[in-house]
Amino acid sequence: MPIHEKSLIRPENLITNDSLVIDGVDVSGHWSTFIKSRTITDYNEAMEDEIAALPGGENIHRCWQCGSCTNACTVNAVNPDFNPRYWIYLIRQGLEEELLRDKDIIWQCVSCNKCTYACPRDVLPEGVMKATAHWLELKGHTPKSPSTHFDEGFTESILATGKIEEGRVLRTFFQRTGQPLNQPWLVALVGGLVKRFPLGYLIRMGWSTVFRPRTSNWRRTGRAIEEYVSERRAEQAKALGLDTKGGH
Amino acid sequence: MAGDLKKVAYYPGCALEGTGHSYNRSTKEVGKALGLELVELKNWNCCGAMEVKNVDPQVQTYLSARNLTIAQDMGFDTVMAPCNGCYHNLKKAEYDLAHNPHAAEVTERISKKAGHKAYEPGGVETIHALDWIKHGVGEAELRQRAKGKLAGLKVANYYGCMYTRPRHIFPEKDQGTGSESTSKPHFMDDILAAAGAENVEFPLKTACCGGAHSLSDSDISTKLVLNILTTAEACGAEVIATECPTCHSGLEMHQVRAEKVLGRKTSVKILYFTQLLGMALGLSAKKVGVQENLSDPSEFLRRKGLG
Ligand code: SF4
Ligand code: SF4
Repeated sequence: MPIHEKSLIRPENLITNDSLVIDGVDVSGHWSTFIKSRTITDYNEAMEDEIAALPGGENIHRCWQCGSCTNACTVNAVNPDFNPRYWIYLIRQGLEEELLRDKDIIWQCVSCNKCTYACPRDVLPEGVMKATAHWLELKGHTPKSPSTHFDEGFTESILATGKIEEGRVLRTFFQRTGQPLNQPWLVALVGGLVKRFPLGYLIRMGWSTVFRPRTSNWRRTGRAIEEYVSERRAEQAKALGLDTKGGH
Repeated sequence: MAGDLKKVAYYPGCALEGTGHSYNRSTKEVGKALGLELVELKNWNCCGAMEVKNVDPQVQTYLSARNLTIAQDMGFDTVMAPCNGCYHNLKKAEYDLAHNPHAAEVTERISKKAGHKAYEPGGVETIHALDWIKHGVGEAELRQRAKGKLAGLKVANYYGCMYTRPRHIFPEKDQGTGSESTSKPHFMDDILAAAGAENVEFPLKTACCGGAHSLSDSDISTKLVLNILTTAEACGAEVIATECPTCHSGLEMHQVRAEKVLGRKTSVKILYFTQLLGMALGLSAKKVGVQENLSDPSEFLRRKGLG
């Protein structure tokens, strides 16, 4: 049988014999490609339920492995290792160790929802990707991804003022991820703008640092949301069996 | 489409007060020129953008719903949001509140604590700037007003992700003749064609620009944007027309980044469809905020006799 998705098999588990004769038939080289068999003993049986308990993961049990999500996926087209169908399979089987091999790329889902559009089972794979990335962070398998830093900076701004002030979110983001603000392409971008409109642009930049856009009488609303968020965080930590003392 | 579109509630959203300012300006100017009145929501808040849902989806629903309550309190049955992200989130809140009891309960609870009425689904219809112009004015009038001013301009219409996906939050789309399509949207094509533009066949209308990770994962975004830019050029487009501030600034930013980091230069121009339409209606480039775009298309516009 041909080996589909050969990329999913580790190179060290693919065996080819340069010269091999079995029962008088010469199957040397390419013809003798075997996958090394392996025994799996530790399944993480809680993994699917834990991911289903996080926002976006609720429908993971509906997946029937058709592969439409991976086929439609924006990031998969750029990086074949990014494979939502496969990860859903691993999670449902409890194959944690296998999943962890891809832990550093799962957060890269760009939320384009092409998978959601294609999925015949309403799994909402986009949500499952977010829940999985979140799970990896909560379990300590990955540090907070740049994207999580961005989401949190953004959310803090909204909780505080009701609105987003892009300049501030960007500064917080670059700070938290330790990226320099003087990357050549950013400089070229801003430089071009400043050259064309030195005054207006600088005034606008300065303006927004002094007068942050905000929704008035927001305090009460912000607090109501915060209360809800911390409650949810505690619930999720409990579902994942985490110590809640250090929680938000 | 709900009632009269000659006067609707306007939800600009955060991006239109920042990087998307020229979209805000050109939308308002086009409305004025076409006799469509916009009344900005009083004391609106962020819709939750793409980020809050990753922290908690119910909070995003609440944030969007609060704006719908404001529209209703102001006596409107239609709110227009030009930003794809805002439009998408208001639509999603509408859908979730009608279909997900947990979302409704959380919105109810936070609204009560915040001291305002919780939004009830069905109260306000959210429309995009494309719906607003297509249905509020119509192609016949646009054709008459623009007098073919965009003639000879080759345009690739780029709609991005949030305008059509996920399909279930847009119940009015894919309803046959006259309705918008989620697989091959055409409202922007229709509007610009009415203004005389020559739309090129562009297969990446709803491709993703990587906007969600524009900064947190810029290498992927640059690749995705470069693909959009080079495909548009290969299709013969001189301009990519946009209808979302995130897509627009993503394309502009990563056009520069592709050149500086990957050494891949593209020259296709990027303009909001409202900027193109405004200039077709005789407004100056300045009036539609071209100088506020990150890239500078003024030389090109002069050559085309626009603005
Ligand atoms: S498209 Fe849906 S059902 Fe098919 S593999 Fe992906 S998640 Fe599973
Ligand atoms: S939302 Fe994420 S997983 Fe789904 S198609 Fe887009 S990048 Fe792939």
